[in-house]
Amino acid sequence: MKKIVAALALGAIVAVAGTAAEAKDWKKIRIATEGAYAPWNATDPSGKLVGFEPDLAMELCKKMKAECEIVAQDWDGMIPAIQQGKYDAIMAAMSITDEREKVIAFAGPYGTEPSMFGTMKTSPLAKATFPGERYDLSKDDPKAAIAALADALKGKTVGVQTSTIQANFMEKLLPQVAVRTYDKLDNAGIDMAAGRVDAIFGDRSAVDAILKADAGNGMTLFGPAFARGVLGKGVGVGLRKADGDLKELFNKAIAEANQDGTITKLSTQHFGYDISIK
Amino acid sequence: MNWELMWDSVPTLLRGVPVTLQLVGLALLFGAGVAFAVALLRLYGNRVTERLMAAYVFVFRGTPLLVQIFLIYYGMGQFELVRSSVLWIYLREPFWCAILALTLNTGAYTSEILRGAILSVPQGQIEAARACGMSRTLLFRRIVMPVAIRQMLPAYGNEVILMVKASSLASTITLLEITGIARKIIAQSFAVFEVFIVAGSIYLLLNFVASRLIRYAEWRMTPYLRARG
Amino acid sequence: MLELLSFGPNGWGGQLLGGAAMTVAVSVSAFLLGLVFGSLGASAKLSRSLALTGVAEVYTTVVRGVPELLVIYLLFFGGSGAVMAVGRVFGYEGYIELNAFSIGVLAVGLISGAYSTEVIRGAVQAVPHGQIEAARACGMSRWLILRRILVPQTLRYALPGLGNVWQLTLKDTALISVTALAEIMRVSHVAAGSTRQPFLFYTTAAVLYLLLTTVSTVAFERAERYANRGVRRA
Repeated sequence: MKKIVAALALGAIVAVAGTAAEAKDWKKIRIATEGAYAPWNATDPSGKLVGFEPDLAMELCKKMKAECEIVAQDWDGMIPAIQQGKYDAIMAAMSITDEREKVIAFAGPYGTEPSMFGTMKTSPLAKATFPGERYDLSKDDPKAAIAALADALKGKTVGVQTSTIQANFMEKLLPQVAVRTYDKLDNAGIDMAAGRVDAIFGDRSAVDAILKADAGNGMTLFGPAFARGVLGKGVGVGLRKADGDLKELFNKAIAEANQDGTITKLSTQHFGYDISIK
Repeated sequence: MNWELMWDSVPTLLRGVPVTLQLVGLALLFGAGVAFAVALLRLYGNRVTERLMAAYVFVFRGTPLLVQIFLIYYGMGQFELVRSSVLWIYLREPFWCAILALTLNTGAYTSEILRGAILSVPQGQIEAARACGMSRTLLFRRIVMPVAIRQMLPAYGNEVILMVKASSLASTITLLEITGIARKIIAQSFAVFEVFIVAGSIYLLLNFVASRLIRYAEWRMTPYLRARG
Repeated sequence: MLELLSFGPNGWGGQLLGGAAMTVAVSVSAFLLGLVFGSLGASAKLSRSLALTGVAEVYTTVVRGVPELLVIYLLFFGGSGAVMAVGRVFGYEGYIELNAFSIGVLAVGLISGAYSTEVIRGAVQAVPHGQIEAARACGMSRWLILRRILVPQTLRYALPGLGNVWQLTLKDTALISVTALAEIMRVSHVAAGSTRQPFLFYTTAAVLYLLLTTVSTVAFERAERYANRGVRRA
């Protein structure tokens, strides 16, 4: 009897999974973003989601001839919620990494940014010198820079956002450095101003945005910029693995937006420079 | 449901139990001190202390704990005055900020429970003690407090359970107690259900033990009820 | 600094006010849903069926023993699935998507209901048995006894306890900010992060909650006075 019930339950679950993954015509697409990672995405005082990604999403949707809705979702629930079908796509400065590709699919990438550290101008970190300026972890050997960073960060605490490539980077390459993980990078910035953490680590533009907003507090970028390798293959659109057709649509739209200069235009508007991948 | 992942997360999550117990234990200890002082100041103090304490209780019972935690952790750190004070040694640490928030929160609730219990001590017993020639302090120590504590135990037991649950909010200010660790595992495995179900079961177990302990204390303190049965 | 709270284009005033309205909407809906769960739970606990008592016991023990945050997370990530499962029982096969509001109401209502269950159960038991016997002796039917004797009396006994449950419910809604529903806590958290003024926004949030709890305390006091209007005072 129990087995029959179990079989029925299993059947029901499969049936639900089936209906959820049923081919849609993608006339309506729900896209999630965090709304707390300027200039990629932010929330304005009227509660509207703004920034590079909400703008780009609208452009991509025009090209896909779909009606899009941008919804807010906290970063740490971003991937579980897409799997639950709460929305169809993620555009939240999410880098394409091997770990993430195990659970979701990606379209793109549509942009790339190296990661950088930020600290207070009064901190000894701001005066320290590090070998090299920019490391592509997929081909450059970062040993010297990592050793210098490990040395400079000895006894210090670095604030990162939970579940990010930067958190992963700290764990893999600088395991001896104390790390504190935050729900939002903004909060790590607040805590650095308060002196609870000595440095923050995030996408260069996002760290830079925090420094700019806190100009009076005197923060600065320091150390070399890192990209690729454990930091992923650029920022892409996160999708459910079952939605192969949607991935194709997004890939086509991103290619078009890249070609006609839409991404470059929006990037210059929000970042001040071009983050598109040529 | 990924049973293997659930099973694997058990030892990792259990590593958060000591932090949770520390948070709850210290907050209850300090909170009891706060509650005692506040209840006495409200009952036997002058008008000013009475008003002040009433305001404290009003504010901390009338706002969500989450707001209190954020206000203490992120809000206080904003001020140079706080950062240059001696207190910063403690307020710098998320652990002590969580303790402070939980203490002030449970202190407000417990003071009300205690106040009610003290007020419920039968007048006749107090009169009898006075007739025996007890001084005010002796009367308070021997008659009022024992009766009041016995009286408040069931309500206090609920407060203990509420604190165990409330300690989970410390995860919002980077602390790695049970919920914090659960979120960390989810950040890597994306398995919300599995991990939170295990975490929830651990809390359930902790609360079961806590309620048993309180019930045992109640049993110990009411020998006169047992004799009758 | 205070212009950050204004209603202008750079002020978060409008959002905060909207957040307060949302908090009230979620709290009221969750409290009412909680009353439904609570009445069901209390009747189950007072019934003679072992199965019903057991289910109600499990419900109140689990929901009151697990942190609210976990209950909300579990429902947020599994609420739709659960509702669809219920829908299938009634023969609905489609995909049901719950929005953040319904998830919040469902989660907080579930928590609120667990506490209401105990309050209502206690209140039902507080109604003197003699009154029910007297009503029966007068020839009242079961339904009439329920309507005329049991419910009005229960409500009177339950009011103080329900007042506490309401306060709990109101404060628990702060936790549904994790579902990105724009209530007070969510708005202040986003604003605090984006303006780097945590003290200002969390204090504002605290004041808004205090305002809501004060108003509702007064309302419950009035209701209690009204419900007790027929009771002689010593």
